[in-house]
Amino acid sequence: MPELLEVKDLKTQFFTRDGVVRAVDGVSFELAAGETLGIVGESGCGKSVTALSLMRLIPQPPGKITQGSIMFDGQDVLKMDDDEVRGIRGNNIAMIFQDPMTSLNPVLTISRQITEALELHLKMDRAEARKRTVELLELVNIPSAKKRLDDYPHQFSGGMRQRVMIAMALSCNPKLILADEPTTALDVTIQAQILDLLKNLAREFRTAFILITHDLGVVAGMTQRIHVMYGGKIVEKADTNELFANPKMPYTWGLLRSIPRLDENRKAKLLPIEGLPPDLIAPPPGCRFEPRCQYRRDICREKEPELIGIPNAKADHEARCWGTQAGGWLVDSDWHRDVGDLAALDAIKAEVADLPPDVKRVEAADDDKKKGN
Amino acid sequence: MSLTPTQTQDQKEAFIQRGRSTASAGSGRNLLEVSALKMHFPLTQGIIFQRQVGAVRAVDGIDFFVEKGETLGLVGESGCGKSTTGRAILQLYKPTGGSVKFEGTELTTLGGEQMRKMRRKMQMIFQDPYASLNPRMTVGNIIGEPLEVHHLAAGKAKTERVQELLRIVGLNPYFTNRYPHEFSGGQRQRIGVARALAVEPDFIVADEPISALDVSIQAQVINLLEELQEKFNLTYLFIAHDLSVVRHISDRVAVMYLGKIVELADRIDLYERPLHPYTQALLSAVPIPDPAVEQKRKRIILTGDVPSPVNPPTGCRFHTRCWKAQQICSEVDPEFIEHAPRHWAACHFPGA
Repeated sequence: MPELLEVKDLKTQFFTRDGVVRAVDGVSFELAAGETLGIVGESGCGKSVTALSLMRLIPQPPGKITQGSIMFDGQDVLKMDDDEVRGIRGNNIAMIFQDPMTSLNPVLTISRQITEALELHLKMDRAEARKRTVELLELVNIPSAKKRLDDYPHQFSGGMRQRVMIAMALSCNPKLILADEPTTALDVTIQAQILDLLKNLAREFRTAFILITHDLGVVAGMTQRIHVMYGGKIVEKADTNELFANPKMPYTWGLLRSIPRLDENRKAKLLPIEGLPPDLIAPPPGCRFEPRCQYRRDICREKEPELIGIPNAKADHEARCWGTQAGGWLVDSDWHRDVGDLAALDAIKAEVADLPPDVKRVEAADDDKKKGN
Repeated sequence: MSLTPTQTQDQKEAFIQRGRSTASAGSGRNLLEVSALKMHFPLTQGIIFQRQVGAVRAVDGIDFFVEKGETLGLVGESGCGKSTTGRAILQLYKPTGGSVKFEGTELTTLGGEQMRKMRRKMQMIFQDPYASLNPRMTVGNIIGEPLEVHHLAAGKAKTERVQELLRIVGLNPYFTNRYPHEFSGGQRQRIGVARALAVEPDFIVADEPISALDVSIQAQVINLLEELQEKFNLTYLFIAHDLSVVRHISDRVAVMYLGKIVELADRIDLYERPLHPYTQALLSAVPIPDPAVEQKRKRIILTGDVPSPVNPPTGCRFHTRCWKAQQICSEVDPEFIEHAPRHWAACHFPGA
């Protein structure tokens, strides 16, 4: 099957005064038409920058896509000129942003914000575009859509604004929708409404979805495949059922172990991931997760593992870990029971407590102060 | 004792009567007793002569108690009044009505000096560790300030105490001269915790202490709070919107909707046998990180948004979104009664 989207070795960097931030550092993945993919990771792991890179929305400077290719429907997005990119943005690839409060234009009416794209991309005239807007708003279940066309965003609640965002994303029948934390700013009951809506729409229109989130619960019910990101890299790829049943990367284990579950009864202690996420200006030389990993060995610090297929897992399941690779020391371990070296965990905790929080920046600040004096 | 269908109507009535009187009274081990607490914020109009045209009924008559050493979780969606409740208890707002009793002392009528003394026993941890620490003060000053205010330590003793507090919350004791911007979110929240602990309080209101933090950091702070509770015999009022976290940390849980507590029960009881339809909807809306479970689960999807607390619906406040609602729900506000031992709910048709 021809892939709709093929990202190869994508690198996006930000050039700042403190140094080069390697926000996305060699990310490759594919997506078939109509497929739903989840990208999971903590803030600062590069998941949003990946999405913005796909749409060429990285602010430049300070950002720059320094390497790689993004083949969308047979064309390389990175080689297009600005006009061509504009033809794709909103038309073939649409985006739903995290915060519906700030991503709608407050001085334009709801209808104007949607008709703009319809007129531009689908060459509709005003009346036609307005009619289509009503249909779109009804599609996303906005009550009495016709009456609310000329309302402004501030007259809508958070959940309704996110529905408007979804209607906007759907307006030109895109082949791919990037949803960047679409429900993070919403309450649980509203989140359930929006996720339900997205799921039904994806099924109905066979649109491919990339759902970016930090919430493992959200992707569990929504996606077919999941990529876990850490420190600008994909560290684990698997289909959704496989990832939750048989995760193969200690970072994923840590994530699953550190969140309390609603359906859990025992009041056991949570096992947090100790330490702090890596500094992307000077990332660890070996495995990016090594400084926080209680299963680490010397090789983890020295050499970075590849993202490759692993034993005891499905064929398309890949992980970036020396321990779970063929011949590694974690191949047969059961992550539910084997919590690793607790002494190492304590050592990491102590290390973090001792380390100044942001050594480099702190030193820079101290230097500044000295100069000032 | 629990209610069975075979019990007579009289017994039921008697049981309900008993329930009513205990929602805020409870046993003698109560640290905090809140009854009929109301916090209304006036809405005014006019430039020179401001006349009141209405009120935001953020908290509108709630009853509960907190026992010594327990954690009471307070959950609800944004705007339901949970944070206002926390602040009204600590008298950071002057409540519009009702009473707040801490160790038997009525707080709402206390004067400034007496209240300041009481505050030593009750502290708060705030949601946003970026906004709740003064950026111009060093960590040592932030944590040391309450020690000075309450005349607990000065000079060298104060420095030592600050260092001890930093060690307790898992930070390097030599960080006293650093400023908040030099710390990550999780570390800042630890500083906020150290500041709250400085005066050796009995009771801590934790207002969404982890919602601004990353997933992997959240667990660190939850564990810290649990360790401290054990070590110093603390009592928590834990305010959060994340039901999974509340289930993990709480002994009992209260669910708020639009300024009222709609259900209050022991942790397991509430999550396994929710009586109020809002609690049921809320629980079913939380995604569970397990695709096998997610595929089998039935979701209750509520329609519409939370109504405005300026003009709340008549009768039961949830009736506009409730799938069980009948005539009576829009007319009569259901009373908050004990339907099973230690399980209160305000609903005309409680249960499955």
